[in-house]
Amino acid sequence: MEHTALLVDWSRAQFALTALYHWLFVPLTLGLTFIVAIMETIYVKTGDEKWKTITKYWMGLLAINFAIGLATGIIMEFEFGTNWSNYSWIVGDIFGAPLAIEGLMAFFMESTFFAVMFFGWNKVSKKMHLTSTWLVAIGSNLSALWILLANGWMQHPVGMHFNPDTARNEMQNFWEVVFNPNGVSKFLHTISSGYVLASLFVIGISAWYLLKKRDTEFARRSIIVASSFGLLASIYLITTGDESAHQVALSQPMKLAAMEGLYKGENRAGIVAVGLLNSSKQIGDDLDPFLAKIEIPDALSILGYHRLNAFVPGIDDLMNGNKKYNIIPISQKMQMGKIAVAALGAYKTYKKEHDMVHAQEALKTFEAHEKYMGYGYLKKPSDAVPSVALTFYSFHTMVSLGFWFLVLFIITLYYSMMNKVHTKRWIQYLALFTLPFGWVAQETGWITAEVGRQPWAIQDLLPVGMATSNVAATSVMITFWLFAILFTGLLIAEVKIMLKQIKVGPEGH
Amino acid sequence: MDLLTLQEYWWFLVSVIGALFVFMTFVQGGQTLLYRLGHTEDERDLLINSLGRKWELTFTMLVMFGGALFAAFPLFYAVSFGGAYYVWMAILFCFIIQAVAYEYRKKADNLYGEKFYETLLYINGSLGIFLIGVALGTLFSGGNFVVNSSHLSHWTMQSYGLEALLNPFNIAFGLMLVFLSRMQAGLYFLNSLDAPAIIGRIKKVVTVNFIMFLVLFLFVLGTVLFSQGLVYDPTTGVVSVKSMKFLHSFLDMPLLLVLLVVGVVSLLWGVFIALIKNSDKAIWFTGFGVILTVTIVMLILGLDNSVYYPSLADMQSSLTIANSSGSHYTLSVMAVVSLLVPVVAGYIFFVWRSMDKTKLTIDEIKSDSHHY
Repeated sequence: MEHTALLVDWSRAQFALTALYHWLFVPLTLGLTFIVAIMETIYVKTGDEKWKTITKYWMGLLAINFAIGLATGIIMEFEFGTNWSNYSWIVGDIFGAPLAIEGLMAFFMESTFFAVMFFGWNKVSKKMHLTSTWLVAIGSNLSALWILLANGWMQHPVGMHFNPDTARNEMQNFWEVVFNPNGVSKFLHTISSGYVLASLFVIGISAWYLLKKRDTEFARRSIIVASSFGLLASIYLITTGDESAHQVALSQPMKLAAMEGLYKGENRAGIVAVGLLNSSKQIGDDLDPFLAKIEIPDALSILGYHRLNAFVPGIDDLMNGNKKYNIIPISQKMQMGKIAVAALGAYKTYKKEHDMVHAQEALKTFEAHEKYMGYGYLKKPSDAVPSVALTFYSFHTMVSLGFWFLVLFIITLYYSMMNKVHTKRWIQYLALFTLPFGWVAQETGWITAEVGRQPWAIQDLLPVGMATSNVAATSVMITFWLFAILFTGLLIAEVKIMLKQIKVGPEGH
Repeated sequence: MDLLTLQEYWWFLVSVIGALFVFMTFVQGGQTLLYRLGHTEDERDLLINSLGRKWELTFTMLVMFGGALFAAFPLFYAVSFGGAYYVWMAILFCFIIQAVAYEYRKKADNLYGEKFYETLLYINGSLGIFLIGVALGTLFSGGNFVVNSSHLSHWTMQSYGLEALLNPFNIAFGLMLVFLSRMQAGLYFLNSLDAPAIIGRIKKVVTVNFIMFLVLFLFVLGTVLFSQGLVYDPTTGVVSVKSMKFLHSFLDMPLLLVLLVVGVVSLLWGVFIALIKNSDKAIWFTGFGVILTVTIVMLILGLDNSVYYPSLADMQSSLTIANSSGSHYTLSVMAVVSLLVPVVAGYIFFVWRSMDKTKLTIDEIKSDSHHY
């Protein structure tokens, strides 16, 4: 069952819309839950009521954010069924498990203790309340663990085999799915990015109070906690980012090539620190992919493969093949994929007719070409290449901002320790204006991960064109616009409410 | 464990989660009674805050229901969600709006005003539950889908599930859940609120909704028991029609029949002690009754070679627990994971008790810095 390009595009658009909206809220929750847990711990340890006020204030903002994160989250789960029903069958045997575990292990913990965290101040003991706050933080991060393991599995499918009788992939080793290096590094990188965003959020808003010369003590204390947390998270974020890139190099070389705008593969490949892509560049031609660039020599080989002399394949090599490095051209993979698809069909037909001899022959042919089955569904070789410009610019925006955030945390922490953060207006402006870029980094990170792996829903196994539901494209269009209107309407309300709460300030509590 | 046992175990778990969700929909029922029970702003705030401590649990239960279905019966997930597209999407819309409504309703500068968010809660409580009931009804009445030999499916009607609204059985199923949730909400408020004015209005609400529920329940149960159903041959997988299928199943498995009766009696007892003895503990009896009854009604769909999702377009495409489940390995892994269920149930029980030690009052809400 192949789908029209229109249906595939709208299904992708709807999922992207949902994911991008969801991702405006979730990382903040991931980090802010820990920050309030740390603040409340200080309150319980010191008994200082000011820390309680600080904790409750940030908790209030967390609640506003949490609600809309939850609202956009429920759709993500069900959209796998509504919009990607072929996907749900073909890989549901593996993909469904982490989602169910997420619900059982994480969502219940979050939702149960959330009620205690917000309404239990006068109902349970101090320690029980503190435990609940930590459990909300752990619960929300556990939920990230399972969904990101699921996502990591899509980027690097392991621990399963294809069952020709059921025409789906079936789980063979749960632990391989859980300890999938791609999933683990994705989880660590993503949650640490959430901690960074939450730190920027606390510092940015506190800086606004300092600029307004109000709630100074509150702001200074908040900045100290968030700067320390943010600095540690930033260092970890950069480390895990390096590991993520290494994993991409190993299992998604096309994505890495797109992230770096690398067309012709090379040994001792460099990383483009800043670059302007040449829009006339086509795959296989001799045009320079960049109009201008600043490159760090050898860095891509080292970071991607941990070897100075490692060969990093470019888009041309991956597309047209490279004998020296045993890279098969996409066209050849497509041919083998088509043989696999045809053999699977023949196997089913023979089996239905109880012709077991021919069925076994067809099965052997299928198994010999199974590895490339996903390519059999592509229409043309260039379909295997993601949008280079979108992937490249998203990746570079994310990385540049990640380094800038590290610098900012060093500055705010240093001046906080020197007890000067409230007197330096330039720092306050810097912190305030950096805040929106926290979300830019989050979204561009997701775009890199998800656009970069196109056309694959499951890397090399299942292209998005085969994964969608068999519904009319107009139906998806209708729901896309309804979601777009609803989410935007709710987002505007959320931002207005949040701004009002910030203006009211901690003393309003 | 063999595959069929695992499939039955997972169908049982899905049934229990579904039943717990139906129980927890008292939150939605309560959202439709804001103005019926709350005559002043303070009273409505009290109602909202009482529900507001529980709504996330209902929401999570729905998500868990979806997650368990995905993990254990991925073909249902693919066929129904991807086919009855408009119905599930409408349900999702009804639940998206709930999550924000609690938090934003009373906030300053909330853009659309308090009434708007109350309307969202009303839509979630009425239309949301009605549509879920319609969707659950189709487990008995069927859907218009075809599954091919590669297990890929498509819906045969361009209305993508909305045609279910033309079936009186589905409508009755949906309305039955709406009245049940409203009745349960009344009983929940009796248990959780210390507000005599509101309590005084509850009895009438419970009575009216109980009568409506009972009529629809009898209609639905009668239809299920006495209509024809589909069965499959466990060896060949071929699906065929059997008259009074579910009545026969109950007679073949008398324990389930007994449990069904216990469930119904417990529910009736709960209503009786609320209305006649003015008990505030009724919710526990009706709650137990609802959980048991729904579990059994769901369970019977998956056992005794039953078809749990009939196809109206191609009978042989119908779904059974045998032809739609995850692999033996995945079901085994998930069975081990399900050992966590008692732990989760334990802390939910513990937290519920510590948060509901005393009944909620308007004064308490006013004195709390964080409230809905």
